[in-house]
Amino acid sequence: MRRILAAAVAIAALASTVACGNNGGEATSEANQARGPIKVWFSNNKEEVAWGKQFVESWNADHPNEKVTAQEIPAGKSSEEVIGAAITAGNAPCLIFNTAPAAVPQFQKQGGLVALDDFEGARQYVEERTGEKAKQYESPDGKLYQLTWKSNPVMIFYNKALLKKAGADEANLGTYEDFLATARKIVSSKAAPFAIWPAPSNEFYQPWFDFYPLFAAETGGKLLVEDGKAQFTDDAGKAVADFWSSLYKEKLASQEKYNGDAFADGKAAMTIAGPWAIASYGDKVDWGVVPVPTKTAKPAEEIFTFSDAKNIAMFSACANRATAWDVLKAATSKEQDGKLLETTGQMPMRQGLPAAYPDYFAKNKPYETFAAQADRTVEVPNVANSIEIWQAFRDAYSKSVIFGQQEPAAALDEAATKIDGLAKQ
Amino acid sequence: MTRLLGKQPVGALFVAPYVIFLAAVFAFPLGFAVYMSFHDYFFAAPGAIVDRPFVGFANYAAVLSDAAVRQSFVNIAVFLVINVPLTVALSLVLATALNKAVRARTFFRVSYYVPYITASVAVVGVWLFLFNSNGLVNAILGPLAPDPSWLVNETLAMPTVAIYVTWKQLGFFILLYLAALQNVPKELYESAAVDGAGRFGTFWAVTMPGVRPATTLVVLLATVTGANLFTEPYLLTGGGGPDGASTSPVLLMYQRGIEQGNPDVASAIGVILVVGALLVALIQRRLLERD
Repeated sequence: MRRILAAAVAIAALASTVACGNNGGEATSEANQARGPIKVWFSNNKEEVAWGKQFVESWNADHPNEKVTAQEIPAGKSSEEVIGAAITAGNAPCLIFNTAPAAVPQFQKQGGLVALDDFEGARQYVEERTGEKAKQYESPDGKLYQLTWKSNPVMIFYNKALLKKAGADEANLGTYEDFLATARKIVSSKAAPFAIWPAPSNEFYQPWFDFYPLFAAETGGKLLVEDGKAQFTDDAGKAVADFWSSLYKEKLASQEKYNGDAFADGKAAMTIAGPWAIASYGDKVDWGVVPVPTKTAKPAEEIFTFSDAKNIAMFSACANRATAWDVLKAATSKEQDGKLLETTGQMPMRQGLPAAYPDYFAKNKPYETFAAQADRTVEVPNVANSIEIWQAFRDAYSKSVIFGQQEPAAALDEAATKIDGLAKQ
Repeated sequence: MTRLLGKQPVGALFVAPYVIFLAAVFAFPLGFAVYMSFHDYFFAAPGAIVDRPFVGFANYAAVLSDAAVRQSFVNIAVFLVINVPLTVALSLVLATALNKAVRARTFFRVSYYVPYITASVAVVGVWLFLFNSNGLVNAILGPLAPDPSWLVNETLAMPTVAIYVTWKQLGFFILLYLAALQNVPKELYESAAVDGAGRFGTFWAVTMPGVRPATTLVVLLATVTGANLFTEPYLLTGGGGPDGASTSPVLLMYQRGIEQGNPDVASAIGVILVVGALLVALIQRRLLERD
């Protein structure tokens, strides 16, 4: 026993030495001026990989001394985990073209990100490209640690054939009442087992595809947390929760997880997704798209939604940051944004998007709806403990709205108290 | 020197690789986890200037006052109460049956072993298909099917996970019992037959005592692997649902430590789990090894 104790003490002492060793070090400001080869990571979405490949080839052809080596983000349970681990290990690449805004506060706390404000003209570049929306991505310290890249404004997709089979009018999805009436027709007519099938699972990011888009629409673009306080306990938040609660109570939405894509497989007549999903529906579904519903009818051009944006961040492990900044600008130029749009169908976060690429939108009418919606999106709040806040919200929503174990209003109030505490830390 | 390295100093050389391996992949991380649990610790980039002060038992207090953590420990207790006895009973009975000269013995042995070596991710898909509301099990049960269905039912979710894990791991434990059964002297069975013992009597008086060391091992391994439950609630019940009814402490460690960036809190949960598992194992050992 004494030997075990001695070994434990030795291990603890060793651990403390290692931990102290990690604390040192100074910011390498010279890196901001340095040029040379860099590494970048892309998401593993095949359309994005194709875009990335052509971009890297064109960059490398013009910059033989500042070559970019690209690869997909290594496999893991989620990109955020892999990136977090890479930051800790000190082997993150210079740029990651798939940085989730919700993870930025954590990466920043880890000391893993480079503030883009350190580069001359950076703030102006971002604001000119993205406009007012760029403010949503500012960190609490007033700096920008992410370059707004592309969004996937979330909307309601519907299956035209299934709605027709149910005798439902596809234009009748604008208000909660209309949406519920349509949903009841779909299920009672057995056109599909469920009207809509958002993932009922408990991951922190699931509210982005059920509660949050409707909350953004109902409130005209409020964030979940503003000025350190939860915003969802007002009438708007409760109306959204009641709407989803009705869908689950009446079994118009499933409490069970679907292994696959319920909309593509015809198991649900509607889904809530961004334009990235279009490629996966292919010829399987004849779909239409409308904005998310609101309590009382609103014109489409006033309806907000969740952006589902993915941005580009520069990581502190990068030695040649001047090159990385130039690559960032080149990858988000008007020409490359156009190529991204053509290759992936995702919306570059550029002001006046439909006017910037008129030919593309003339040829791809369904995408025009998403481009118009892209001007009215909200992001996740850029606050400390972001993921913990979303998990606390999801736990309360899951308990009350999905599984009916508590009144939604009471659950939202409890979650707000917890979230207010987390936002203050 | 002899006192330090023993009579055969070269032996230390032979065991050194394993000792180093054990220290690197087990002892050091365990010690480091204990260290993290007493500090305001988070992972940071090399060279980043961060403050990680000593916080005493603050992380433990936070963990123990968290209703979700307490529920996860209750959940894992429910899991172990179902999984461990079921694993012992089924694997011993099936191993005894497979030990006899039954027809297609190899086929059955392979059939029981296949789920064990198949990735959970693949098998979970089949179970989702079997146990969802429109699945095969509910179709067979008809009006007796539970509502809400198995995996979204607060009372049934954890028992369903426990049964799934029992089924998946059974092949491995059957293998352990099959090996143990080879060591039960044939003469004992012959004596039992001469004494007029029936099948059950022979099983009770000869087989069970004969494989007692294996039973101790099976109980210990089932408890340790059960306490580390992660994949099944993560995949089968959509992240510990419904409403945390199937959340395990390790799933919470993953959420708090990796997703939310609080490895200090996750470490405190881990240390409590290790201590709990050791206590349970100690009690089991006392009960199983007494004559």
